Amino acid sequence: MPLFKKGSSFIENLPKIYILYTGGFLLFFALLAFLETRGMGADTIGILFVSFTVVIYAFIGWLSRTMQVDAYYVAGREVPPVFNGMATAADWMSGASFVAMAGGIYLGGHAYLAFVVGWTGGYVLVATLMAPYLRKFGCYTVPDFIGTRYGGNATRLLAVLVLVIASFTYVTAQINATGTIASRTLGVPFEVGVWIGLVSILLCAMLGGMRAVTWTQVAQYIVLIIAYLIPVFWMSAKQGFGVFPHFEYGSAIQRILELETLHQVGILKPTGDIAAQFPGLKALTVLHATPGESAIAAWRFVTLAACMMLGTASLPHILMRYFTTPTVRAARTSVAWSLFFIFLLYFTAPALATFTKLQLLDPNLATSIIGRSIDEVMALTWIQKWSAIGMVAIKDFNGDGLLQINEFFLRGDIVVLATPEMAGLPYVISGLVAAGGMAAAMSTADGLLLAIANALSHDLYYKIIDPKAETRKRLIVARVMLLFIGALGSLVASLKLTGILGAVAWAFCFAMSGLFFPLVLGVWWKRANRAGAIAGMAVGLGVGSWYLYMVKWGGMVPWWGMDDLRFGIVGATASLIAMVAVTLMTEAPDKETQDMVDEVRIPRGKTILGSSH
Amino acid sequence: MATATAKREQHWQRTRNLMITHLAIWFIFAFVVHWFAPQLNKISFLHFPVGFYMAAQGSLAVFVIQLFIFAKQQDKIDREAGVAEED
Repeated sequence: MPLFKKGSSFIENLPKIYILYTGGFLLFFALLAFLETRGMGADTIGILFVSFTVVIYAFIGWLSRTMQVDAYYVAGREVPPVFNGMATAADWMSGASFVAMAGGIYLGGHAYLAFVVGWTGGYVLVATLMAPYLRKFGCYTVPDFIGTRYGGNATRLLAVLVLVIASFTYVTAQINATGTIASRTLGVPFEVGVWIGLVSILLCAMLGGMRAVTWTQVAQYIVLIIAYLIPVFWMSAKQGFGVFPHFEYGSAIQRILELETLHQVGILKPTGDIAAQFPGLKALTVLHATPGESAIAAWRFVTLAACMMLGTASLPHILMRYFTTPTVRAARTSVAWSLFFIFLLYFTAPALATFTKLQLLDPNLATSIIGRSIDEVMALTWIQKWSAIGMVAIKDFNGDGLLQINEFFLRGDIVVLATPEMAGLPYVISGLVAAGGMAAAMSTADGLLLAIANALSHDLYYKIIDPKAETRKRLIVARVMLLFIGALGSLVASLKLTGILGAVAWAFCFAMSGLFFPLVLGVWWKRANRAGAIAGMAVGLGVGSWYLYMVKWGGMVPWWGMDDLRFGIVGATASLIAMVAVTLMTEAPDKETQDMVDEVRIPRGKTILGSSH
Repeated sequence: MATATAKREQHWQRTRNLMITHLAIWFIFAFVVHWFAPQLNKISFLHFPVGFYMAAQGSLAVFVIQLFIFAKQQDKIDREAGVAEED
């Protein structure tokens, strides 16, 4: 019996294809685990893991090549909701989510969970306010919606500007992450790793645009979620917390609360200039589950969560994933599935952070290091390995020969990267984690690069510069843009300027400052007009950037504790006020525009923009 | 024609009410609960301090479930108003 029925379409066969793929990947994992017991070296395992998965992605990218406009921009609008959910989850979870989130919780405790809440809660806004309506609109890009809803090239251009600023801030960090992983596993210098990473990313996106990115992102999601969950399940089973630890780590938290008193967490602080001595490393000085009592701590939590949520609902590389579903109804269920697939990783991260902390702190466990003699700790293999590359450090401040909580420094990434080794799991797990991190960084980079390149080729080139360009030329321009933006991103990444370009959180703040209210009000307020939208985007972006500059470099005291990670609150507020005020001062949009908004609000009927435009 | 317009208006009103309901739930689990985290931490659930639990799992689970329900409810509204897409 043939596996695939003759005449059945690719879409109908999707579940079979990806089940086969998942089985193949697990088999590959088992094979490497077996070869490890037969003496295969750690380096070889790492190289095989990363290169094997990257070759598969590139192969999928090649299979999905296309010269059709709607396939290139919106994957032909035939992606089923569950698969679009997986693709969105991969698009969403960056290298940073994968590698740094658990470490962030380890070091930051309850306050850091604002990211976890924000990066999930944003999808409620996406589903209720945006995704179904943008799908009905039938646009190819986010600026396409703004430009058509409000009319005029100025609105389109401003939307492209906000998109490029927000997405470029973000993509450099992703290329940087692929470079780091490539260089570490393949043993090449970072500068070379960055370009290898870029080539892998482009192989997935160049030939098939959105269609290729969609099917590689589904494949990447499967790898990254397996790579995140297997080590946690394995470790937790090994440490006696049960195979499914998510509902049972409450007692681990209780134990940590006791240990925090014992080890004086938050009371003992490192002395001297740690940042200069151990760049990027931190000692644990924050309580795990105890939030600050003050109103300002609560305020900082909710403002950070709000920035991440409104930013989520404005980031074009996420919104454009919902343009690819077959129907408006499918767009809605697809948002729910996206959040479910994201949830699987995000509710595991706090569990992982808790276990790692317990392993290091609990003197009853063999893995603990705090409270032991420094000589003993320095003899551990994983401490030696990671301190050699500056990810872990130890300094005996009080000279008592014992390791106190404030004398052990680590980089947040270590919690995901080194925990398998702390728990004594085989190296094949570390290879799996490297492949997962690569998948996470590549899939996000792909989505972002495509969002930027599509906005430049569709909105700037086709809609503004040369509206008569024929299909072939448009799609060639789209690919040239992809290459150009990718190369620019890699150049910035290889110069290691990312520290200057700033945190991922900035991308969210830029996006919400410029785009959130013009997008929401475009659907929900019929009266919103062109002048208002221009004011909303320009003032939001302007005020947000000004506030960021003043707080970060200008020496201004932040308003109510809103630091540079939260500048979106200021920007978006300014955007809302400007947009409403200017709209009310100018004329209501014409009948045609109002009818268009009415049409967007119901699922039935043709899209506003034709299927090929 | 008048009834068609009235039907459309009713559809949009119900859609808007549904959106407001879900955003109210979202607001509670996104902000209100975490504002009171120190107080909630004094209670325990499955041995978890509740303030921590809500930020690490509780709110997230609410968002996921809420979105599946939302999709279902909105589809029902669309069908009843006769503006849903054909299956």
